[in-house]
Amino acid sequence: MAPVSLASETMKDYRSNSLWRLTLRRIFKQRSAIFGMVILSFLILVAIFANVIAPYDPEEVLIGVEAGIKKRSAPCIHILGCPADQPQHIMGIDGNVRDQFSRIIFGSRISLMIGFTTVGFAIIIGTILGALSGYAGGWVDNVIMRILDVLMAFPSLLLAITIVSVLGPGLQNALLAIAIVTIPVYARVVRASVLSIKEMPYVAASRSLGGSPFHILISRILPNAIPPLIVTGTLGIGTAILDAAALSFLGLGAQPPTPEWGTMLGSERNQVFTAPHLVFYPGIAIMLTVLAFNLLGDGLRDAIDPRLGQASE
Amino acid sequence: MAIPVLIGILVITFALARMIPGEPCKAMLGEKATAEVCARFNVKYGFDKPITTQFGIYMKNILQGDFGDSIRFSRPVTIILIERLPLTIELGSIALLIAISLGIPLGILSAVKRNSIWDVLTMVGANIGVSMPVYWLGLMLAYLFALVLKDTPFWLPPTGRLTAGFVAIPFYQVWGWQMAKQSFIYHIAEFLANIYTFNSLITGDWKIFWDSLKHLILPSVALSTIPLAIIARMTRSSMLEVMKLDYIRTARAKGLKKKTVILKHALRNALLPIITIIGLQVGTIFAGAVLTESIFGLAGVGRILFEAITARDYPIIQAFTIVIAVGYVFINLLVDLSYVFIDPRIRLE
Repeated sequence: MAPVSLASETMKDYRSNSLWRLTLRRIFKQRSAIFGMVILSFLILVAIFANVIAPYDPEEVLIGVEAGIKKRSAPCIHILGCPADQPQHIMGIDGNVRDQFSRIIFGSRISLMIGFTTVGFAIIIGTILGALSGYAGGWVDNVIMRILDVLMAFPSLLLAITIVSVLGPGLQNALLAIAIVTIPVYARVVRASVLSIKEMPYVAASRSLGGSPFHILISRILPNAIPPLIVTGTLGIGTAILDAAALSFLGLGAQPPTPEWGTMLGSERNQVFTAPHLVFYPGIAIMLTVLAFNLLGDGLRDAIDPRLGQASE
Repeated sequence: MAIPVLIGILVITFALARMIPGEPCKAMLGEKATAEVCARFNVKYGFDKPITTQFGIYMKNILQGDFGDSIRFSRPVTIILIERLPLTIELGSIALLIAISLGIPLGILSAVKRNSIWDVLTMVGANIGVSMPVYWLGLMLAYLFALVLKDTPFWLPPTGRLTAGFVAIPFYQVWGWQMAKQSFIYHIAEFLANIYTFNSLITGDWKIFWDSLKHLILPSVALSTIPLAIIARMTRSSMLEVMKLDYIRTARAKGLKKKTVILKHALRNALLPIITIIGLQVGTIFAGAVLTESIFGLAGVGRILFEAITARDYPIIQAFTIVIAVGYVFINLLVDLSYVFIDPRIRLE
């Protein structure tokens, strides 16, 4: 028996290797995916090395630390003609006399964390519900899908707003709300893969070999759901960051003095005519981050979905 | 299909309202509510009865159009809705109109001139469009058009619905209609008159029409970016899909003009997914209204919802969530029904 199983092991390894390599090659052919990856790597580096890059503590009030500092003063960049005797603040000073640039830099940590945790949570719950729904079928499927239909009947940001207004404002509740409203998306993706795979001959073969339903689901069916989940998840991270920033902008998410981009934008929104730089930079930061995930997600979809892949070749 | 979803919406908002920590009466009426007021409140909304009965009372009240009284304004929520909804509908319709009338042509252009500079520019623009926070774009537009372009013909007002001193006279007053106040007809007329562009259009008051439109340009442009980008992308991919098909080649081969083939043969078949995505954008617009209205000082549903959240005015939050969700479901139902007209091969079951 041993040689047979050895052969099948190497076969499997060879095939899965080449599949991943092919996919990777296809991904690297996508201009948008590469562009997205470049921006994203940059953002991740910024987040990791935030305390090295940022010249100030993001929550430090600079009154008394620097002489003559005024709140909401415009950016001071030395190479652009700002007098050398003044301390440099690339993005200016915010309404509480803190260095805006340092806050933007540290904000990348929070935004990336928001994106990955909400989508991670939504994918876990969504996968459980979708797999259960697709595999069990019958009334279980009906009940789960009808509940998810109702959740999808609400505009997602609006439902998130309502949930947070009930749970109370705060970053944790905002993340929970965003995760809840996006669960249906992932559940549907998983359910669709399960439905299309569960009648396949190899699944029947696995069942006739005595595989338990749990084993079949986990190691025969669910791996097929991973590619669409990666695509939907990547695009979902962008949306989650955008929605979390919107909640924070409304005062429902991260609370000051947390250097969260949406919160920073929200607290200075009335100063747009007098200190536009305090509104401009956080918005650019949000846009860049969301753009990175959207481009990467689009590229991944084109690379992974063969039907669309043909269209673009 | 729609009925169970509508019931589900009511169940969820009901459940959310019960999840508010603390006594419902204190949460709904504020901490200062006296025991006497609370007792009356509990009887009206049935908080002294079992949960199933409570749900029954809640359903009955809502189906009768009674959403309770606002805590902050001490007025029926339904009346506040009638006052505030027209502006949001006006703003949302203009935004959707911009998104459709630019998004579909741009998408077609991209698909037809694939990989050209137009295609690349449109798709880059669309990618940036979906990644942009609406409220940020709104603030930036306000800064640009109200401050930087001040004293130029491009100046646009950053807040409000009408320039101070301008009054929109309701059409029923212009035409001298006599109606009993608080009657059903009066509320309908009031609702329509509150859509300023519509009201000034039918009464022929061009000054007011232009002024109200000018006030709506910035917020509706901000509101339209995400739907515009999504519609353009969907149009492009749907057109590309259809234009690969044999009948398009046949149509071209038999000598029809390229324009005819694209607009009559291809677009019609590409329209289904586009219409579907447009229906879904209504949700984006409602949610975006919460953000844009508060930036541009427009007293619509979105702004009052935002204020209600800050003030914890639960009856308003609940009512507006229901109305928006029901509106969203209703519009997507209309979209489903429209399939039959766009594609006669589809039959309703």
